[in-house]
Amino acid sequence: MIATGTRTFHFEPKMVAGAIALAFLMLLAGGALFSLGFEASRDTNAAFAGFDAYLWRVARFTLWQALLSTVLSVGLALPVARALHAHQHFMGRAFVFRLFALPLALPALVAVLGITSIYGRNGLIAHASQSLGFGFIPDIYGISGILLAHVFFNLPLAVRFMLVGLDSIPADYWKLSAQLGMGGGTRFRLIEWPAIARNLPGIMGLIFMLCVTSFTIVLTLGGGPRATTLEVAIYQALAFDFDIGRAVALTLTQLTLTLAILSLFRLTGRPTEEGFSLAVTTRRYEKFGAGERLVNTAIILLALFFVALPLAGTVVSGLAADLGRLMSERVVWRAISTSLVLGATAAFVSVLLSLALVAGREAVAANRKAGIKRSLVGIGSLFERALDTGASLILVVPPIIIGAGWFILLRHFGDPFGFAPWMVISVNAAMAMPFAVQILRPTWDTASARHNRLCAQLGITGWTRLRVVDWPVLRRPLGVAFAFAMALSLGDLGTIALFGSDAVQTLPYLLLQRMGSYRTLDAAGLALILGVLSLGLMMLADRGSKRAEPAESMR
Amino acid sequence: MIPVKFLAFAAVALLGLAAPAAAKDTLTIYTYESFTAEWGPGPKVKENFEKQCDCTIEWVAATDGVALLNRLKLEGQSTKADIVLGLDTNLVTEARQSGLFAPHGIDTSDINVPGGFEDDIFVPYDYGYFAVVYNSEKLANPPTSMKELVEGDASQKIVIEDPRTSTPGLGLLLWVKAIYGDNAAGAWDKLRHRVLTVAPGWAEAYGLFLRGEAPMVLSYTTSPAFHIIVDKEDLYKAAAFAEGQYLQIELAGTTVNGTKNPLAAKFLTFMTGPGFQDVIPETNWMFPAGKTSKPLNPAFDTLVKPTKILMLQPDDIAKNRKAWIDEWLAAMSK
Amino acid sequence: MTDKTGGAKVALEEVRFSYGEMRMHFDLSVPAAQIAAIIGPSGSGKSTLLNLIAGFETPQSGTIHIGHMNVTRTPPAERPVSMVFQENNLFAHLDVEANIALGRSPKLKLTAADRAAVESAIARVGLAGKEKRKPQALSGGEKQRVAIARALVRNRPVLLLDEAFASLGPALRIQMLDLIKALHAETAMTVLMVTHHPEDALHLDAALIFLENGVVAASGSASDLLSDKGPEALKRYMGTTA
Repeated sequence: MIATGTRTFHFEPKMVAGAIALAFLMLLAGGALFSLGFEASRDTNAAFAGFDAYLWRVARFTLWQALLSTVLSVGLALPVARALHAHQHFMGRAFVFRLFALPLALPALVAVLGITSIYGRNGLIAHASQSLGFGFIPDIYGISGILLAHVFFNLPLAVRFMLVGLDSIPADYWKLSAQLGMGGGTRFRLIEWPAIARNLPGIMGLIFMLCVTSFTIVLTLGGGPRATTLEVAIYQALAFDFDIGRAVALTLTQLTLTLAILSLFRLTGRPTEEGFSLAVTTRRYEKFGAGERLVNTAIILLALFFVALPLAGTVVSGLAADLGRLMSERVVWRAISTSLVLGATAAFVSVLLSLALVAGREAVAANRKAGIKRSLVGIGSLFERALDTGASLILVVPPIIIGAGWFILLRHFGDPFGFAPWMVISVNAAMAMPFAVQILRPTWDTASARHNRLCAQLGITGWTRLRVVDWPVLRRPLGVAFAFAMALSLGDLGTIALFGSDAVQTLPYLLLQRMGSYRTLDAAGLALILGVLSLGLMMLADRGSKRAEPAESMR
Repeated sequence: MIPVKFLAFAAVALLGLAAPAAAKDTLTIYTYESFTAEWGPGPKVKENFEKQCDCTIEWVAATDGVALLNRLKLEGQSTKADIVLGLDTNLVTEARQSGLFAPHGIDTSDINVPGGFEDDIFVPYDYGYFAVVYNSEKLANPPTSMKELVEGDASQKIVIEDPRTSTPGLGLLLWVKAIYGDNAAGAWDKLRHRVLTVAPGWAEAYGLFLRGEAPMVLSYTTSPAFHIIVDKEDLYKAAAFAEGQYLQIELAGTTVNGTKNPLAAKFLTFMTGPGFQDVIPETNWMFPAGKTSKPLNPAFDTLVKPTKILMLQPDDIAKNRKAWIDEWLAAMSK
Repeated sequence: MTDKTGGAKVALEEVRFSYGEMRMHFDLSVPAAQIAAIIGPSGSGKSTLLNLIAGFETPQSGTIHIGHMNVTRTPPAERPVSMVFQENNLFAHLDVEANIALGRSPKLKLTAADRAAVESAIARVGLAGKEKRKPQALSGGEKQRVAIARALVRNRPVLLLDEAFASLGPALRIQMLDLIKALHAETAMTVLMVTHHPEDALHLDAALIFLENGVVAASGSASDLLSDKGPEALKRYMGTTA
């Protein structure tokens, strides 16, 4: 029997796990901010300069470019996701998917150089136009370059997340659409948009946060100091002016502004009523006309070129490097193994904590739906919200702030450099969590809704449930989340740069080092190695999880 | 059971990353990371010094000179550093005010830097001049003065660094200030049109330059030497400016803690001699500040020699840096 | 409001189709204005048969005729059929009226005639007064009535029901069957329904098509087939042989 009479708040282990995961994030960010705040308050001449005109401008620009980047990324991702979903079977579809995970794994600098190799003044387009006799030289330095780079990073991400939404559409809808003869526009309005809109606030929030904290891209491609983000100001305050108080105040400003925008997204993108069954299938029943087929093909090809060209630029310049010599260098191998070990550990921690977060949120939500005592509703929904969006806010706490804060704290407990690997793992794990959560949540929530009652009735709990019921379903998204988190960590530079001790030399660190001492070719070669590692990871994740896919699609 | 095995493996790997401290007498030197990189001066300097002192040098690397000083400030009196190597003239005043450094008390007669540099705390180990480096194939008529750079053809672009986030960026700011004084804002307002972009650091700027995004970049007069000696390539040249080049001197100093370690003074003295100085030119790509045992690679003789040496007073820099950066921001953001 | 559409004959000739390991071979004909119930064990190809007729699947060989029209390669929207599924017939964010109106215009651009047709269909399936409700405010039976109303406004000669009433209770199911019966009497459309309840066929006085392993194992009038004289395979399926 399922309890229906008196409803009490059930504290389940899942909620405790979720709380622990949340506590980890809060401790990581809060501890650093607290430590810095304390340090600043001890410093007598930390006269915190008010919010002057410069900062107003910086804050405005930060939000403006991030909003624009988000809208563009999401807007352009829509047709791509639709086209990719409409055509479930074509040669190279899997490759497109893996490729789309790659930009995120690239350090910003590598991506910037990849983009200039295509759209730059000396890039492919400039050369092509010149050899064809046009005098056209693209000028990307300015807002256009920033947007280009942000879309390059985030469009593939948005496409991947939107496809998850599209996959949740029941097959009957596609049949209905085919039978009623819906055109592209109607199909979008009635079927696809509602499915995508459910996840849209989450997707937009994630992309927005990534763009808010953009640093290298904004400065390098921005064309001048008019393009300055709060992240730059924070870096300047902490690293150049050594004004800790100001750095903390700016970080809090960034957090507040982001939070405000995120709630705005939530308002506009109110989740539509759920009316979907749980049967998930990726079959499409429409017979697309030649016109639509052509348009879809064009869209997919365009998106593919857009993402692949800068990557190809990276590969081409990487191949010019003396790869043989690079691969025979001990430091390179050490950097590769350090990167892999740190990345894998961070990814493992990240996925584990994300799972705890997702499970905790679902448990709280399930409790709420069951109708608990009124007094607890407030706390419950607040907790649910914290588990939901609160976690992703970690993205807008600059790694340099976390690093510096913990550096000051850890100093009291021993050599801060001794903690460096653990800090790198913690920060990378935390930064990858919002992504892992987005990947894990839909499957977890669906699976729970499907299995909770059954398991309760059969008395399948704890470890057994995880092994027998959840693992087979979660294996695939877990693999994808792991690969994503690891790729993200592989490309991370921010955290390591601060602790920057020789003890932790990762691949991107080595790359920037070589670049900083004229070894541009070496750097290009290392970028190629990094890219190949990430792509390999994606393929492994796909292959590893495919084996576990249940053959339930057979009827 | 894979996760458990994996964790064990990871733990071992992580523990292995933190190298254990050696039992011998140790000298801890904080420096910037390109110094300790395996193609930088660090390894050779370490080898040469350890040969004569029967001790161990332990390097601790920060991103750059600014990060170096910040780390030291964060650590305060409890710092492990005996010596800090890699500050420059722009940071001297701030470093002195931190009260974390002690007088060196060594004989600096071997040190010879342009314009002379006398200080009781900091000892120069190398120097260089900021310069506009250009691609001679793409730029037939490079600017011969700052005036020409500022007022020249706006279609010929230059990549510069941001003074808010990088040392060369601050260098250019001071260079323009040294030439134009109170009219600096006006100069920036014109130069703005030639600036392709303002990169966060030297690596980004030079990367864009080498990729052909712009024919000019702000770098050092010594940059071409690297391309000649390592790449066997003489495409890249530094432009000599009629008004003169801005000088950057790199310095080392002993911390208050370091005075307790007899190795610290020994190292500073070693630093002024050939065991250290011979290594500098072709690893740090700067001019040696002290005595070398042999002449420099002839490639260094082909480099432009500044007609005049420019440098602002460290105290003035410390006092005005913020105002000057604001001025730069205002002019560049129009 | 009695658009006597009249039914159309549905005929499958030598239609071959395979789904994974399962090979199917259909050769059958349902006369115009007939009601046919398709029964058979799960996995016998019932839903696939409807999918083939509706055009969601394309046969590997063979031809499908509806009326005089060869529809073997015709896209679903151009076939003279309407289909009602077990669930997910309605769009959650559209109200009853709009969900039905989709049958007239997928873009929801309605003429006065369309509106009248929708209104009448709502009345005919007994949902008057509930035009503005969203699906979540409807019972399971009501949702299926909306789906049937949509099929009505589409005015196609063939109606396919894919276990459309399987999730409804017995009384509700009978009600829905009565509705189908009444509508059939009114429009004389051809109805093919997949069901797990052979008694549905008796209730509707329908023809029965019994599928097994992807082929038609038996067909005829329901009362004949379900009697003692019926074929062995059907009895095994019914559980009436010892």
